[in-house]
Amino acid sequence: MSYTSSEMMTVAAARALRNDDVCFVGIGLPSAACNVARLTHAPDLTLIYESGTIATRPAILPLSIGDGELCETALTTVSVPEMFRYWLQGGRITLGFLGGAQIDRYGNLNSTVIGDYAKPKVRLPGAGGATEIASQCGRTFVVMQQSARTFVEKLDFLTTLGHGRTGRERRELGIRTAGPQLVVTDLCMLQPEQDTCEFIVTSLHPGVTREQVQQNTGWPVRFADTVAQTAGPTADELAVLRELNERTARAHRSDS
Amino acid sequence: MALFFRLEEAVSDLIHDGDSVAMEGFTHLIPFAAGHEIIRQRLRNLTLIRMTPDLIYDQLIGAGCARKLIFSWGGNPGVGSLHRLRDAVERGWPNPIEIEEHSHAAMANAYAAGASNLPCAVFRGYEGVDLAQLNPNIRTVTCPFTGERLACVPAIRPDVAVIHARRADREGNVLLEGIVGVQKEAVLSAKRSLVTVEEVVDNFGPRSPNAVILPKWTVSAISVVPGGARPSYAHGYYSRDNSFYVKWDEVSKSRESFLEWLRLEVTA
Repeated sequence: MSYTSSEMMTVAAARALRNDDVCFVGIGLPSAACNVARLTHAPDLTLIYESGTIATRPAILPLSIGDGELCETALTTVSVPEMFRYWLQGGRITLGFLGGAQIDRYGNLNSTVIGDYAKPKVRLPGAGGATEIASQCGRTFVVMQQSARTFVEKLDFLTTLGHGRTGRERRELGIRTAGPQLVVTDLCMLQPEQDTCEFIVTSLHPGVTREQVQQNTGWPVRFADTVAQTAGPTADELAVLRELNERTARAHRSDS
Repeated sequence: MALFFRLEEAVSDLIHDGDSVAMEGFTHLIPFAAGHEIIRQRLRNLTLIRMTPDLIYDQLIGAGCARKLIFSWGGNPGVGSLHRLRDAVERGWPNPIEIEEHSHAAMANAYAAGASNLPCAVFRGYEGVDLAQLNPNIRTVTCPFTGERLACVPAIRPDVAVIHARRADREGNVLLEGIVGVQKEAVLSAKRSLVTVEEVVDNFGPRSPNAVILPKWTVSAISVVPGGARPSYAHGYYSRDNSFYVKWDEVSKSRESFLEWLRLEVTA
């Protein structure tokens, strides 16, 4: 069965979620992956969106972090201060799922500016919830399209702390959560090396070569001693993802 | 009924040039009609405060109402950039804009501190990130009990808070339901407040004793504006016009098409 690299990415990210995770979900790719997980192997996965919706089970993917669908299908909806204070800072969330415009080898993310902060070439949306999601969820996953422009040697701006500019910063800053443990792209999966916390390639998606990964990485990327091959999406996974996307497109078309 | 005013009157009485204004609503219940009235009244030099500037502040910024923006996530949710915000930040059009940037956790805590009549908010956050070096309003305090270093930002205390709610009762009490965001905190942290509502009801009827209600004595003015949150939504009344959010990307991309939209949809 044929599939796109973007579908492979979403499915690979979905598989990494556990049934007992309590997951803080970012909009876009993370939201798609989390809902595919919930509709396949992880039916009890708890999804939390920063608009305050706890244990939500949307039938379609929300366009925004606070679509009505999220509130209507949630177990409960709390205020935004309560969400960030009691639930996120309170340590109740096991997994944060993030994206970004740039990532470096230690899993630090930039979603603020390209160029200089005071005189940016491109002004990006900014931190939103990501800064504290990254420091306060038990662990985080990142899902992004991989290219030499997005996987960079040096971030233009450090919006969200991964393992810091040295790989050791979390411990030095007294942060007790694990930080980024997995990066899923349209080409491969990367995980932090045990001692250095540098992200190294641990699995290549079907048909992807090491050269391709290097061409799309802005630093000399390293590979694990044994690099696995990601299993292609199953018919069931693809069907769930495509039906979800189709339901979503239909719903968003009919809004006005 | 002293609380109830026409929207034009409420905006001109409560909001003045140079004010700090927090127009809140986290995706849900964004007070667009009040924003458009601010544009029509040509208010200038406002400090606009909002966690997610969204289309409402893209419009106010493009219309030249803002001198400064305090925010934590400035995108068009699920779509992309806010082009008018970007044009102001990157090229100073229609006027240069000062930005004070935070994270969501900081803004949410700062509103709660404002509502609590505290000078600042204390929380865990901002560890190891560049924003903490660039924004002088991000500082740290040491816990006097444990010695832990904690993040600290000033409380948000706007001159005016503006929110949209589903309904008020005849006495002027306001019921907040659904995704309630930081609206209660915004109103309680502000010197003055304007609430637009979908409708006025004789009474709220059966409700949970824990329903979120702003008593009439916490609100300066209420204006009845059905549809006042469009293209955002009012739970139970109308849904989010996601296709407008998608379309806004095109409308707002060039100065010309934005000004044309402004003329046809807001100022005409």
